[in-house]
Amino acid sequence: MIRLFALILLLLPMTASAQNVPKLVPDVSQRQINIQSGFTGAEMLLFGAIIYPRGVVPDGQVDVAVVLRGPTRSVTLREKQKVAGIWINADSTDFRSVPAYYAIASSRPLDQIINSKTAAIYELGLDRLQLSPSGEVNATEQRRFVDGLVDLNRRNGLFRQDAGTVEITDQVLYRARLNIPSSVPVGVYTAETLLIRDGRVIVADDNVEVRIRKTGFEQLVTILAQDYALFYGAMAVLVSLLLGWFAGFVFNRL
Amino acid sequence: MDIYLPIANLSVNALVIILLGGGVGVLSGMFGVGGGFLTTPLLIFYGIPPAVAAASASTQVTGASVSGVFAHMKRGGVDFQMGGVLVVGGIFGTGAGAAIFEILEAVGQIDTVINILYVLMLGSIGGLMAKESLTSVLAVRAGKPVAAAKRRHHPLVANLPMRWRFYRSGLYISPIAPLILGFITGIMTMLLGVGGGFIMVPAMLYLLGMGAQVVVGTSLFQILFVTMASTMMHSLTTKAVDIVLAVFLLIGSVTGAQIGARLAQRMRPEYLRLFLAAIVLLVAIRMALGLGWRPDEIYTLQAL
Repeated sequence: MIRLFALILLLLPMTASAQNVPKLVPDVSQRQINIQSGFTGAEMLLFGAIIYPRGVVPDGQVDVAVVLRGPTRSVTLREKQKVAGIWINADSTDFRSVPAYYAIASSRPLDQIINSKTAAIYELGLDRLQLSPSGEVNATEQRRFVDGLVDLNRRNGLFRQDAGTVEITDQVLYRARLNIPSSVPVGVYTAETLLIRDGRVIVADDNVEVRIRKTGFEQLVTILAQDYALFYGAMAVLVSLLLGWFAGFVFNRL
Repeated sequence: MDIYLPIANLSVNALVIILLGGGVGVLSGMFGVGGGFLTTPLLIFYGIPPAVAAASASTQVTGASVSGVFAHMKRGGVDFQMGGVLVVGGIFGTGAGAAIFEILEAVGQIDTVINILYVLMLGSIGGLMAKESLTSVLAVRAGKPVAAAKRRHHPLVANLPMRWRFYRSGLYISPIAPLILGFITGIMTMLLGVGGGFIMVPAMLYLLGMGAQVVVGTSLFQILFVTMASTMMHSLTTKAVDIVLAVFLLIGSVTGAQIGARLAQRMRPEYLRLFLAAIVLLVAIRMALGLGWRPDEIYTLQAL
């Protein structure tokens, strides 16, 4: 909601004096990522141009941040603790809006280019994600869970934050590479580009969508397993029986 | 060679999976066990989610036991009546296992329970096997004949009502005993992805008192059908059967099993059993330590 207001506030002066605000023309290297049998992850190039009013490149440095964000979902995060000598899941908390994937890249470290209030509004940076934890009232405990969630996802490659990886050429062209691991969830992803100057977001564009989906055999297997479970189970049994029988048959001939 | 597993949702090295299946297959060929008790933990160590590991390992055990069942059938080594009773118990067991699986997953304790069950089961069976095989190895060394265990069923089994005659097994006992045995192994198959042969065989010998010539064949017969039921049950409830993973495991294990069977012919059975006991105990110890060590991941995520 806050974010929406911020966008409206930002758009209001823009419509009034559209000529004075730069325009972003963002794009990505792939609008669709297909997960197939050889899929080991992907590298996504986010690039584009900054069009300044009347083509005048302003003095001073501009910065660009790009964000690729997956669909949000609700999750339960469990925490292991040592109970009676063994590690078991002892505590848990629910989060209502965790992005399945979140990667941010910026031309310089975020805290050097943007004030923390603006960064919070735009959810820029792993420590500023609004994950909507529920159930937990104690603030320190909630912090511990949020840190645990972010840390887990960061080491799995599903959350990442890189500084200095957005290259800007002549203040006009920008590009950044983001890595997507093989364990990436399917869904519609949003690529967002933000032009930052003097600690504030000048213009933001999040109109680019990327679809990540399984195709071919992988898609077929997933659909069968999900929606035709009885058939899928029977197939699995049959394949297993046939392979086992066939191997026995072949080796008996040898 | 990387391959994407569509149900586990991650990419693995196909060669590692085939080798893993092959290694387990060699052991299973040597000892006549399904090898599920090794496959599931190894897959989990490799990073496959526990539910997918258990479900796909049970699918793999189906394939690994087919040719064994045929071979034993040809020799008349399967008591179909006993096997049928065990399978019925086993199918109900997989149903109960599915319910237990669901409850444990909802409260987030499935991994811990799987680990503890492995430690208890492998620890006790491995210990018993080690003791038994050590005694016979020492007896062979000393040149004494190995004292054959007296064949009789457990008093508890003898006291059950409604006796049936199981001709091939040479038994006159109540079907309730094998029904319960089948039920328990069915639960194990569902939760742990094991065929349960290494529980079944000693239980058949020492609890039911079955004739040794039909024990392995009948146990394989039960494993074949119960792992089939478990695959179906996993497909319907946890939806965790990864057919791609199962196929790669099978390619390795069916090949390995044939190699193992040939190796076994050159080895003394007492040493073979001692070797198996050592492997079982090693896995048990590794898993017991794993419970006490600080895990790599303190946090785990579960989608709602």
